[in-house]
Amino acid sequence: MPMDQQPRTPRGSKATGNVSIGGARTLGRRRSAHGLLGLCLIIATQLAFPAMAASQQAAGAPAVGQRLAIVLARERRDLPPPLSLLDMPAADDATAGAQLAINDNNTTGRFLKQEFSLEVIQAAAGDLVAELEARAHQGVAFFVVDASAPTLLALADRLKDRNVLLLNAGSNADELRAEGCRRNIVHTAPSRSMLADALAQYLVWKRWRRWFLVLGADADDRAFADAIRRGAKRFGAKIVQERTFSLDPGNRRADGGHEQIQEQIPAFTQNVPDYDVLVVADEAGQFGDYLPYRTWDARPVAGSQGLVPSSWHPALEQWGATQFQNRFVRLANRPMRPLDYNVWVAVRSIGEAATRAKSAAASDVIAYLRSDEFELAAFKGRKLSYRPWNGQLRQPILLGTPKLPVTVSPQPGFLHPTSELDTLGSDKPESPCKAYASP
Amino acid sequence: MRPHPQCVAWLRAVAQTRVGPFARSLSLAWGLSLAALGAGTSPLAAYTVYITNEKDNTVSIIDSGKLEVVKTIKVGQRPRGITLSKDQKWLFICTSDDNTVQVWDTETLSFVKTLPSGPDPELFVLHPSGNPLYIANEDDNLVTVVDVAANNVVAEISVGVEPEGLGISPDGGLLVATSETTNMAHFIDTASHTIIDNVLVDSRPRVAEFTPDGSQVWVSAEIGGKVSVIDPKSRKILAKIAFEIPGVNPDAIQPVGVRISRNGKLAFVALGLANRVAVIDTATFKVEKYLLVGQRVWQLAFTPDDKLLFTTNGASNDVSVIDVEKLRVLRSIRVGRYPWGVVVAGH
Repeated sequence: MPMDQQPRTPRGSKATGNVSIGGARTLGRRRSAHGLLGLCLIIATQLAFPAMAASQQAAGAPAVGQRLAIVLARERRDLPPPLSLLDMPAADDATAGAQLAINDNNTTGRFLKQEFSLEVIQAAAGDLVAELEARAHQGVAFFVVDASAPTLLALADRLKDRNVLLLNAGSNADELRAEGCRRNIVHTAPSRSMLADALAQYLVWKRWRRWFLVLGADADDRAFADAIRRGAKRFGAKIVQERTFSLDPGNRRADGGHEQIQEQIPAFTQNVPDYDVLVVADEAGQFGDYLPYRTWDARPVAGSQGLVPSSWHPALEQWGATQFQNRFVRLANRPMRPLDYNVWVAVRSIGEAATRAKSAAASDVIAYLRSDEFELAAFKGRKLSYRPWNGQLRQPILLGTPKLPVTVSPQPGFLHPTSELDTLGSDKPESPCKAYASP
Repeated sequence: MRPHPQCVAWLRAVAQTRVGPFARSLSLAWGLSLAALGAGTSPLAAYTVYITNEKDNTVSIIDSGKLEVVKTIKVGQRPRGITLSKDQKWLFICTSDDNTVQVWDTETLSFVKTLPSGPDPELFVLHPSGNPLYIANEDDNLVTVVDVAANNVVAEISVGVEPEGLGISPDGGLLVATSETTNMAHFIDTASHTIIDNVLVDSRPRVAEFTPDGSQVWVSAEIGGKVSVIDPKSRKILAKIAFEIPGVNPDAIQPVGVRISRNGKLAFVALGLANRVAVIDTATFKVEKYLLVGQRVWQLAFTPDDKLLFTTNGASNDVSVIDVEKLRVLRSIRVGRYPWGVVVAGH
């Protein structure tokens, strides 16, 4: 299972694809799945059928007092396909989460004469920044972004003199919450260190304190390995050995592929000092799923594969999540993935702040979202809010296997003077984020 | 080796969690001996208490005089909300996973019929006249109005996202529905089935309960951790009641079930994961006491004489019995798995 920071856009057309879904609740609750299928088509063919988007927008928009436009921006990236067919990204990854949140916002907005609209923009990095700048120029103030850290930073810097808020739903890069933080970004995606801390707490609670760290050769893998080392130190685990996986694994698709992998993995994991758990950092999912059941010693696997920390699990049913999952499946005809959830939380945060501030004016909504009063119920059993020292959403992190959630961190006993959620990730006293320190 | 500070913290917390259940069993034992004493002097009236067990698909029936389960009946799938007809001959049960409301005969304990309920019924409230029944359809953003005699749907009212709690004014004119994701209490005129106003409350509102004189409606917010007291005439929030329990994580204080005594003086609020019921003086809105009950306390019901209050404890599979006069927990009664709803009959 890929981690939620690794959204993959389908490869193919590099053309910019935009679609407007104004007054999204005009898609009836029973028709919405069709609406979403339609959306995929519109993304692909919107230039040919511009009227479709327009008619959707016009169909049921009542005369309302306040309007608030949200743009969901996705950077098209060339990413290798995942190992497992089960992990192939859906065409509407992220957009379905945004659609559900817009529907929720509009159901609420109906009672307050507020209306929310959504536009999806998918483009390669350069085009994306230019498109969003144009939207900001037209007065859009809220951008939910699923992009790489450099693209997000370029965007934040380009828009820094405007009254806009970027909500990072796709990047887990710690530097975005540390020295590289920007005042105009908040993060609904958990950081790598939050994910690693959530895992570390559980492994320590389980008394699996001796770790064998296996990391891939990519920069992302090294960054996640850094977060894992930090988590180990923080919560009292020990990394007994580290190895970088640089083999060219056998081709799983080819006949004979599994025999080759079956030889490679035990050899790679041989002669490790005694350890309790193998912790893997393979964010792009290029070899990690080959590790379980193939290690030399019989050991569990956790990290980017095996027992995985993430913001959401498609089978979570606690805290009223059953109804939430049902609503999503009815809309998108597939289970909700972590990226959908991060985007849902971002769009709902805007809606919740607008509801509470009783205003759709960007400055009011942004001020409320950043204030101490802000709280969001998001099916994790406690209220979520944004950390005032770096804009990171504080939230419980789920640890799960592909089929079921196993546990939720913070774990019992990891105490904190203000919020136990702040035992995950960069806490106030250690935060190197300066942009937030002087608002 | 010097222990890591987090490890110290962890050990300390483990010690605390060990103390919790121990203290609880002590207090239960204390309560039991008091009950034994009390039973000798003033025998408890025998009412019938019905508990839905969400996980077992059963209803446990408790005799409030004996304070024990006398019978368990098998009902539909995932029973949650439960209430009685006005003449108390019928028991209505939200069997959520069957997408119906089941009707059972209280005398023969036999199945009578199903009512059309709309999908995933969770909670409902009966009009004081005995008909119709208002049902919250959590999956569909609707309140369904069902004629319980004619067996048909009278109206569907669109409300916010994930409707849950329903409260009805004593005169039956005003229905309050809470929506969990929209975070509102919707005030609905029962004559026209239209929403007349929406009051924004704290996150994830769960239960709406009118005071017996109809002058206030109390709305609990599970994630917000507060109870809003609303004036149904002006729809202004009169007070917000917060809870603070030493040694309990504030995030675990999750108000759900609300019941107000028939004399209107005391309100009881189930605090979910905090494993306590708060007792509130309705004149001052001050919390007078926290009563330690079972785990994840959810819904509450008084006996008709208001002497006892029963609580469903979803995570510990039991029901706590509170002596309302002494404000003490008398006993815990083991029921089925995931006890959810509770209603008490006058016979």
